[in-house]
Formats: sequence, structure tokens, C-alpha cells
Amino acid sequence: MVIRIDVTPTILDARAEVKLKAFRALTGSAVTKVHIVDSYLIDAKLSPRQVSQVAHALTNSVTEASTVGRSVPQKFDWAIEVGFLPGVTDNVGTTTEQTVEDITKRSFKAGEKVYSLQVFFIEGELSRAHVEKIVASLHNPLIQSARVYDASLKGRKTLTSIPRVELTSSSRVLEVDLEVSDEELLTIGTHGIKNEDGTHRGPLALDLDALHAIRNYFRRLRRSPTDVELEALAQTWSEHCKHTIFANPIDSISEGIYKKYIKGATAKIRAKKGKKDFCVSVFKDNAGGIIFDEKYVVTHKVETHNSPSALDPFGGAITGIVGVNRDTLGFGLGAKPVANVYGFCFAFPEDTRKLYRDKNLTQEMLPPKRIAEGVIQGINAGGNQSGIPTPNGFMLFDDSYRGKPLVFAGTVGLIPKKNGKRILYEKKAKSGDYIVMVGGRVGLDGIHGATFSSVSLDSGSPATAVQIGDAITQKKFSDAICKEARDLNLYNSITDNGAGGLSSSVAEMARESNGCRVDLEKVPLKYPGLQPWQIWISESQERMTLSVPKGKWKAFSNLMKRRGVEATIIGEFTHSGRCVVTYQKKSVMDLKLEFLHDGLPKKQMQSKKPEWVFEEPKLTEPQDFSNQVLSLLSRHNIASHEFLARQFDHEVQGGSVIKPVQGAGRVTGDAGVFRPLLSSNRGVVLSNGITPYYANLDPYKMATASIDTAIRDAIAVGATLDHLAILDNFCWASSNEPERLWQLKESARACYDLATLYGTPFISGKDSMFNDFKGYDEDGDFLKISILPTLLVSTLGVIQNVGKAISIDVKNAGDSVYVLGETHDELGGSEYYRMLGSKIGGEVPVVDGKKNMKLYRAFTKAGELGLVASAISVGRGGLAVALARMSMAGKQGLDVNLSDIGGDAKRVDSILFSESQGRIALTVAPENVEKFEHIFAGIVFHNVGTVTDTGKIAIACSKHHSVHFSVERALQSYRSTFKKW
Amino acid sequence: MKTTLSKKVRVLVFSGYGLNCEEEARYGFELAGADAEIVHINDVIDGKVKLEKYQILAFPGGFAYGDDTGSGKAYANRVKNHLSKPLQKFIKEKKLIIGICNGFQILTQIGLLPGALTFNESNRYSDRWVDMEVEGTSPWLKGIKKLSAPIGHGEGRYVADADTLLNLKKKNEVALRYVKGETANYQDLPANPNGATENIAGVLSHEGRVFGLMPHPDRALFTTNLPHWPILKDRSKRSGEIFPQYGAGLQIFKNGVDYFNN
Repeated sequence: MVIRIDVTPTILDARAEVKLKAFRALTGSAVTKVHIVDSYLIDAKLSPRQVSQVAHALTNSVTEASTVGRSVPQKFDWAIEVGFLPGVTDNVGTTTEQTVEDITKRSFKAGEKVYSLQVFFIEGELSRAHVEKIVASLHNPLIQSARVYDASLKGRKTLTSIPRVELTSSSRVLEVDLEVSDEELLTIGTHGIKNEDGTHRGPLALDLDALHAIRNYFRRLRRSPTDVELEALAQTWSEHCKHTIFANPIDSISEGIYKKYIKGATAKIRAKKGKKDFCVSVFKDNAGGIIFDEKYVVTHKVETHNSPSALDPFGGAITGIVGVNRDTLGFGLGAKPVANVYGFCFAFPEDTRKLYRDKNLTQEMLPPKRIAEGVIQGINAGGNQSGIPTPNGFMLFDDSYRGKPLVFAGTVGLIPKKNGKRILYEKKAKSGDYIVMVGGRVGLDGIHGATFSSVSLDSGSPATAVQIGDAITQKKFSDAICKEARDLNLYNSITDNGAGGLSSSVAEMARESNGCRVDLEKVPLKYPGLQPWQIWISESQERMTLSVPKGKWKAFSNLMKRRGVEATIIGEFTHSGRCVVTYQKKSVMDLKLEFLHDGLPKKQMQSKKPEWVFEEPKLTEPQDFSNQVLSLLSRHNIASHEFLARQFDHEVQGGSVIKPVQGAGRVTGDAGVFRPLLSSNRGVVLSNGITPYYANLDPYKMATASIDTAIRDAIAVGATLDHLAILDNFCWASSNEPERLWQLKESARACYDLATLYGTPFISGKDSMFNDFKGYDEDGDFLKISILPTLLVSTLGVIQNVGKAISIDVKNAGDSVYVLGETHDELGGSEYYRMLGSKIGGEVPVVDGKKNMKLYRAFTKAGELGLVASAISVGRGGLAVALARMSMAGKQGLDVNLSDIGGDAKRVDSILFSESQGRIALTVAPENVEKFEHIFAGIVFHNVGTVTDTGKIAIACSKHHSVHFSVERALQSYRSTFKKW
Repeated sequence: MKTTLSKKVRVLVFSGYGLNCEEEARYGFELAGADAEIVHINDVIDGKVKLEKYQILAFPGGFAYGDDTGSGKAYANRVKNHLSKPLQKFIKEKKLIIGICNGFQILTQIGLLPGALTFNESNRYSDRWVDMEVEGTSPWLKGIKKLSAPIGHGEGRYVADADTLLNLKKKNEVALRYVKGETANYQDLPANPNGATENIAGVLSHEGRVFGLMPHPDRALFTTNLPHWPILKDRSKRSGEIFPQYGAGLQIFKNGVDYFNN
């Protein structure tokens, strides 16, 4: 018997009002009223007294009323009931279970559950098409169900169904015959292991070389692999886990570009820095760590979650952010997350073309706007609910992200170097330690293309391969681990369960002790009926794996129980050199660790320089560039992103210093500064550089521009090259094509060159190599959309005194305005060219690292001495945009003349809009001018004008060309694009 | 050393189930000179920690139970189901309680403070600075006339029925109202960030000893937290003044501690 409790608002419901507006926009104002009811379906036995207690507990008597049974308003025309599909994480349901348990003082039994629903009652004369539009806006069919009722629902009040998961198949382990033709092997590789009914389980993504290596291994053992073994090998050897493209030999680089250019750069920098080396743990853990101060290490890691976000933007983004939080928690013995960063590459939200995943045009891709909104909500929920501030991020738009958006999520962590004598940034599982799984349970979520038969009360909806994050389950164990268990010394090692689930986390930790034995039937499941291979590779969220010494298990287990965290022994670390997995006492996997981790054959790759030609536009120069500048300010990539800053909490943990929007004019800044340790004046600086628009023109220059941008942004806010590390995220497309590989190689080479020059080590990185969409357009024509080669460079800097951080807003009329660095004719790939049309060719900005380094060091010195009143890194949109942003932020005017600016920019448009690297614009109080100029002796700088109290921005470029408009007009344009977001 | 320690005012800051501002709340009390401890609610329920040892209870901000079923509701249920008696005793002994943001939501859901907090008018989470004017009488608010602090909430709109509002005013228990002050003027933002009834940002009960507010004084402990600190600092530099280290939020914590010290 399912008990239904409906909770109805008794006061004006803001949720319903906001929905009303949205529905009216969808239906030409046909909707006149919306009423939202929250429903709880309790699939458990409760006495009538308990039911009324639960109803009472679920209701705030000031704002809500509740009924037992379905609540239907007096008047409505349509009702839409939105719930989750079977097996999808239902956080509200879980919380309600805990409330019910607390009231009844008994735990839910297996099979008992609470399911949550929202019912939207709608008034208005709506066509069926209207209703369908509303339904589509309310749910994502991959994870949610929507039932539509008309007014006749009034008479059918008892109707209630629940999405219970019921798996019927019995568990079995298959042996997979690999002694078959190459053709058949390839089928296994691309479509997956064949089930007994002839269907395939979904891609293993193993190529012929890999499959031959596996066959040879098992030939020597004189047996066939089990499905568990094959699935585990596929996970471990996947591009996602092994980064084969970065690791394999390419052209004459036998060690691969990762070792040569990325790791190689860091090794060279560390050796050169010697005693000044600030790296603590790089490229070996879940995140990279550098010195914060004498007692603490600060860590950073940036992940991508692109494919999941394309299908389920909310779920993809929230699991992205809470997933990278776990990487932080899995650094050393557990760092505390102290900041999140985000990065979005979206298609333009105005793009309404339809795309389909299948030729029959039944699987429609979500439109860009929906993807953007869902991703933003996911980052909002994940970060805010976890109590982690978000001081920095970016949002970028290009048509090439139409097939797959890029969603970057990063987390900064803080960990003491030592606890007593124990070093906390290192870890080692010991033979004999228990393997302990902590956090959520394992279900079918996140298994590659998993389909399974699941039967709910009234439908056979399949459970889903998409995951939803549960930030609170994670927050509970996160606190219990990094704020309690770690400092009680209760475990020897810890890692995150991310891609590949247990198969990856346990096998990875098994390298530390040199072996493991796992009993799969001990793994706690969300619902019965999972196959052993599914348990082993499921990517169900919110789980960590720990190695707990036997003698400490009791204390560990007690602590977790008291914190409401589930912790289960699932096996033991050994020193057998093998990864052994049993299920109900039968061995289902027995592989040499060496083969599991290093058995993947290397593959020689060849790259080829593409011969692409990009035309440069031929332009005439108007006399007045005001309109161009105003239009640039409203471009998606430049306009105010304040709405993001407002919904991503950046004040939690109490350490905010330089916020995402700055100044009286609330202008989006480039870098963030915060205080991760309230008792210290030290600060952490975060920034990012991403310049994909240069990539196809010149990947080497693109990569140097990304690095220079990230570093310049950090320097401009007060960071120093002496304590600044960087992270790389390569998101590429079609990485099996030689031309794409050439671009990759060139970009990586650039990374090496510039990072070693600046002395800014890479400390962590991640790549995602196949960001292509292959599908169909509205006419059913095949379509491939590949992203621009995209390199995100993120910085992690430490500053001594947050009080010396520099903001972008001009401070005082009469202050001098300076431009540091040279401006060249470098408009190729610029925002200006992109605004004008499709021709974007021309010179891409060249980074002169040696000159820039001198300039940055001098700037840091001036900042240290307090000589800089405001500063901004000159980037996208060039000088005109940078100066306008400073002025808008300070809400004060500028009077500048750029006709003698340094560098070889001759045309007025390149002076204004060229994106030449290595430039900083800044203001200096009159009394500091002399000291300031003294510091910059020998470096290119120009005093270009003053801050004024006229409220007008006036930029003269030559006798005949100029820009002039009011600060108010600029702000209007700057804020127009995302006004309604 | 030991004697001075034992003289310190003892503060219990609740944690668990997704509360997340316990560290900055503790730091505020520590700066104010208290001996503040973060305690998981389950340790109080299990009897490992006794409320009676403390003079101040703080329910900090956060997202207890992810706001599922309504902000503060599930945590409040846990308190009501297990800690009603010791909490009543605590109040009877004229000790102090503060609830910040999610803590305020919890205190209203428990019934210790009147009214309720519901979805922002925009139905969206909002992070910004707000300015407040002090209206009510409370040990927590002694000597404070106005205050600026950040908010970070999705359910911060204060609502109460007419009788409750009347009663609040009669008893001088409207603690704080949103006004267009220093930070809202600077950033040109509306005074009321969430549509709160009569601009109410915080309320009081039990002669002002129980205090709940949506804005976060714990995020305003340093001057460098202010949205306009760079220009304030620039101005003090130019006029030769010293730019203070600590922010206005600290006074709330100091007031709580001083109530017992004086």
C-alpha cells in the first residue's frame, strides 16, 4: 500500500509565479494560473498515527497545508505530474525517508522507499500542443517521467503509481570466447559483450590490438576471460582512464606528449627552482598540490563532464562538480574543498535548429539554451549545497559547441602537511587493510549504455545511464572524513570512485599494496538484481574507497555510523600482485595487476600539418568606433555574466576577497582571490585562460595565448610568478585524425615552452579527446560537429596578503591611466573579427614570453608597494573593451589617447581591438606616478590618459578616429545580453 | 592559562547533515574571545555532548538535508524529535541562541522563532550583499545601528501572518530590516533581496535572546569581505588613515560573548 502525502502552499508561491511567467512565454500567454503541489509517495507500512505525524513533519504550518491522499485544487484545466524514472537518484525521497525513520524510530526495510513528485496544476485555455510544450519544459525524459491529466483527475483521486525498480534476472558470470575471428573481436570491442539473448551490452571501446593482447594473456592461462574481467580491462584501458593519446608515442616523440611536454615542463621547472620549488605533489594523485604556507598544502584539479552534460545538463554538471570535490577529498589523506571553479563552452542560446542523435529523428538533442540553463543549475546545486564557494569561472559561446557542450568543473582543496608525524599529502594502502566503501550505494546508474528490464507499477520504463548527484550524502562523508577520521588517523589511503567505479578505484589503490581481493556480494546495492560485472564497474555517485587497518575498523565504522554515513568492508588489500574478485565465493576475476595496469599495447601515432586557409576580412575604417565598442560589450563572450555570480555562492566559508563581479558597476572580473584559512592573511588566486578561436589558425599560438591569458589575469589581481602553478585541460575533437593530432602536439609543445620560461609548473591536468557529435539535422541529413580544439589553462596562485589584491574598478578622478606592453596587428581569431562575420583569418597574437615576464615581475613589485589603484588584464575584445570594463566597474569616466601606444598596430581597429598578449591596463594615483614609472624603466609602458568625473568614456585613436559614449550607455549595452537570465 | 580558558564563554556550533557554515561561525566566536566548538548534532542526541555545558548555541548556515522537503525542515524535525527538552531548559536558563541563514530557517521550523522563510520572490538562489537597520532589542544587537553582510539563500523571504507581525512589533522583536544602505547604494541594488515581508531580515524571541537572521555576519568578519573594500582601502590610503582588519559582522559575535562577560 502506497501512502501519498501532498503538501500545498497556502501563501503566494514564488515557484508557481516564476513558472507562470515561463508557461505564458511558451503558450502565448494562454496560461492564467499555476499551482504547485509537492507529493511524497511512501512505500512502507505506517500506522495512521505515524502517517499524520509524518504529514505534520513535512508541512510548515505558516506557509503550507497537507493532505493524506491526492490533493486537487478546486479549479484547473491540466495537471502535470513530474517524477523520477525507476532507479534515478531521488534526493527529496531520501531525505523524507530519514524523516520517516526518525519519527517511527525504525529503519526502512529492503524494498521500502519514499518517492517524490511535483504536480503542476495549470489553468488556461490550452491546446494539446501548448500542454506538450509545457511538459517538455518541465522534465528530461532520460531521467524523469511526466504524466499529464486533464480536469477529470478530480474524479480519480486515488490514482498513484511509483517508479519502483524490479530486476528479475538472476546473477550470472559469462565467459567470453575471444578465440574468434578479428571481425567478431571487433564487434565485441565496439558493441560490447553479447548477452545470452543476443543483444550487446554497450561499447567496450577496445581496438583490435588491445583485444589481441587480452587474448594472448588468457591463452597463456588456458582459459577465457569472464565478463567481469573484460569489462574491468575495458574500463582501465579506456582513453578516459589511460589517456592513451597523450601517452602513446607520436611521430618522433617516443615517450608521448604528456611525458615530454607536460610532465617534462614541470620536472625542468622544479629542478631549476631548487629550494624555491613550491610543488608538493604533482601528477601522482587525484589533484595537484603546492605549498600554501609552512603548515598547509593547497590543491587544485579541474575536470570535464562534457558528454553527460549534453544528455542531462543538470545531472551532468552536478555530478561534474561533486565528482571533482571527491578528487580533492581523495588528495593525500583527504583535502578539504575550499573553492570551486567552473567553465562552460556553449552554443549560442538563440540557436533553435533541431539536431537528432538518430536517423529516424526520434532522439532529439536538447537545445543550447536548455543545456546552458541545466548546466548552470547543476553547478548551482552542487556547489551551493556542498558549502563550497565559487570565486572564479567563465562562460564562452561558439557554434562548434552545438553538438557537445564543454563543462569544466574544478575544486581547490586545503590540507595540513602533517598530523603529528604523519605526512598527510601522501598515502599508501597496506597489505591486510580492509577495502572499505563509503557513501552512496551501487545501482545501475552510470553503466555504459546499460539497459535493463525494470518494471514499475504501471510502466516498463528503463532505468537510465545518466546519474544525478546527491550533494548531501557526499557532504556527510566529506565532513566525516576530512574533518574527523583523517585527523584520528583511521585509514591509510583513500581515493574517489569516479569513472570505472570500484574496478578503477580498488585496482588503483591495489598498486600501493600490490594486490587486492574483493567480495562483490558485500557491496551494498540500491536494489537487488545487479550482475557482478555491473557492481564492479557501476559509476554510481558519492562513493569513496578507503583502506582501513583492521585494528582501526571499529573506530572508523563507529564514527561513520554516528555521522549517518554508510561504510562497508568489501574486501582486503593484499600483496599477491593480483586483483582477485569473487562473487558468492566463486572467483570472477583474477588478473595480474601488472597486466591490468600496463598490459595495454602502445600504439605509434602519426600527425600531419593541416593545410587550412583562413581569409582575413578587408575592412574600411569608420571615423567613429563607438558603436563597434558598444556592440562588443554586449557580445556573449564579453557581456556581464553577473547572473552566474549571483547564483553561485562565492561568500560561503567567509573568505571572499576579490569577487566574481567587481566595483560599483558590477563588472565581471577575470580572476578571483579568497582566503582559504580564516586565521591567515594569505590568499589563493584563481584565474583561467581559454582562447579556442585561435586554435585552427595556429595551435601553438593558441596554447601560448591561453597560458599567457591565465597567468596575466592572475598577475593583474596581485599574484606573483614565484608562487603560481597552472593546470591544463585539453578538450579536442576527432583525435584519431592526423591533423588534429598535429594541433595537439603543437599546443603541448607550446605549453612546455611557455611554462618553462615563466617557471609556472603544471601540477595537474585532464584531457577529453573526442568531443564530436555525429547525428542528423532536421532533414535527416548526416551531420558531424566537432568542437574547436580547446585548451583551458587554470591557475593556482598564493599571495602573502589578501589586502594587497587589486580590483579592476578605476578609483579616483585624476588618476593616470597606463597601458603596459605592446599592441600589434593581431586581429586573427579576435572577438572583433568574429563579430563582423565569418572571416577570422589574420595574425594570431604571438606571446613574447621573455618581455612579458619582465613586465609581470615589475607589475608584481608595483602591486606589492601599493602603487596600483586598479588593473585589468587586456584580453578578449582588446584595449577598447578592457578600458571600458575598468571604467564601468568604477562608474567613472576615462579620457585616453591611444595614438602612440607601442607595438606595430597601425590601423585604428587593431589598436582598439587587437588581442595582443602580455598587456595590462591600470590606473595610478598622481602621487605614485613617479615611483611607478621608475619601476617600469626599460619596459614598454604608456601613460595614455586619466580617470575623469565626466561619466564619459572618451578614447582618441588618431586625429580622425575616436570612441565616445557615457559610462551609463556602456553599462546598458554590457548588461543587455543576459538581462533575462 | 587554564583558569583563563575556563572563564571563556562556551559556544556550541551545530554541524551535520549538510550544515556548512560552522567553521566561519566558530571563527567569529573565537575572534570574539569565546571557546567555541563544532559539535555534530548526533553527538548531542547520543548524549556524548551536553547542551548544559554551553552558554551559547549557534545554528549556522548551510543546506541541511539539501533543503529537501523545505529549507530547515528535516533538521528541525531531528531537533524536535530528540532535543526538545534540553533546548527548552537552555532557553529557560536565559542563555543565548543564534540561527544564521539555514540556522534561522531551522529555528523557525522548530518553532523557537515566529514566522517562516520561503522561496525568494525570484525563486532563485541569490548571493549578494545587503544592508540592514537594527530595530529590535536584543543582547545580540547591542550598540549596533546598521549592518551590512552577504546573503546566500534560495529560501529567505520572511513571511508571517498579520497577528504575528503585530506581535513582533509590539514586543520589539523585529531584529533587522533590509534598507538601501552603503553596499546596496554602491552596487545599485534593491534594498530587499528576496521580497521579505516588511523588509524583515531577522527576528527575535525570548526577550531578544533567541535571534535568527538570513544575512551572514560570519561572512563579514573581515573588511576585505566587503564588496567595495578596494575603494575604501584606496580612500583610507590617500587620506593617510589605517584600514581596519576586521569587519562589522564581528560585533554580533562579540555582543553574544559580552552578554555573559558583563
